[in-house]
Amino acid sequence: MLAESGKIDRRELTRALLADRGGMLVIAGLGAPAWDITAVGDGPQNLPLWGGMGAAAMIGLGLALAQPERRVLVLTGDGEMLMGIGSLATIAHQAPKNLAIVVQDNEHYGETGMQETATRHGTDLVTMAEGAGIKRTMRVTRADEVPPLVQAVRGADGPFFAVVKVDEKSKPLVLPPREGAILQARMREHLLGPEAHLA
Amino acid sequence: MSHSTAETTRDASADWPEAIYALLKKYSIRQVALVPDAGHSRLIKRCLADNELHVVSLTTEEEGIALMQGAWLGGQRSVLLMQSSGVGNCINMLSLSTIHRCPMPMLVTMRGDFGEFNPAQIPMGQATQPVLEAVGTLVQRADRPEDVAPCVEATLKFAFNTFRPTATLIGQRVLGAKTFGKDD
Repeated sequence: MLAESGKIDRRELTRALLADRGGMLVIAGLGAPAWDITAVGDGPQNLPLWGGMGAAAMIGLGLALAQPERRVLVLTGDGEMLMGIGSLATIAHQAPKNLAIVVQDNEHYGETGMQETATRHGTDLVTMAEGAGIKRTMRVTRADEVPPLVQAVRGADGPFFAVVKVDEKSKPLVLPPREGAILQARMREHLLGPEAHLA
Repeated sequence: MSHSTAETTRDASADWPEAIYALLKKYSIRQVALVPDAGHSRLIKRCLADNELHVVSLTTEEEGIALMQGAWLGGQRSVLLMQSSGVGNCINMLSLSTIHRCPMPMLVTMRGDFGEFNPAQIPMGQATQPVLEAVGTLVQRADRPEDVAPCVEATLKFAFNTFRPTATLIGQRVLGAKTFGKDD
């Protein structure tokens, strides 16, 4: 679970979050979270994003409202979450019980040359989520905190928001399909059956 | 045209917010994303009173583009209501519609348009239609009350039948221009 730095390894964290996931749907923010969910197993229950920076949490909200019987996990990075930070207020207001957001916080923009983000300099996303009105939150820095995190993500009293401080190093690229129409259609078919394509 | 028919026509066109609400129901819309605008206030009130609709009040308009993507993934239809200034906030996010082929109908009340008083509204108001079209949105303009319902219906049909971003711009000749008490 830990990288050489002693911090949590983002891909091992992703593996733990998605192991035995049942019907849980996952939206992954662009960049490393999208590669991470693909590395631990691509399929129709995943929507890895190729763009739309700042959109991940709100896509999760629309999906959670449309599919109230399904768990929805948004897995994203600190830079992506900062860009869509206002959506935490929107999500707190809607308060979907089936939505969890986990930020893999490496304190850097990993895809653009490892420039530091605001979380490197004191910005606390958990405090921001609490200020937005999200009541169930967690800060995770140690390996022994990951199993309780996994439990909380699967709990039924969301919205839930967590920040996991992860090792900053990039992992080997594992790219999902690049054709967005396929990524969307496969999840819709998974949820709605073949009728999805006749809607 | 008889007097009574003319009266009926005028009443129907003056009640365009109610006509939009009826179209949202006809086309099975379930999520309504919005940043409030005075021009949409009657429609918003009507939507809030409908328990079958998720009305999602946004902090910024591009959140609504992302919400529509999530709703469609989960099998629900949605619309975004906003003022023309909010269109500028949506432009990059509209790539979600293009890359996934996600229906994204937008109903936009115009500022910076016919009779505008506030200089700050002019740049985005005048750019609204060109920037929407530059990112592939099919745009209808309603500049008379009786044009609103047909344009909105076309916008919903284009979105859900052809899987793309679509918009109706409701002009200030329909809405009236805000004058801050300076009518001349």
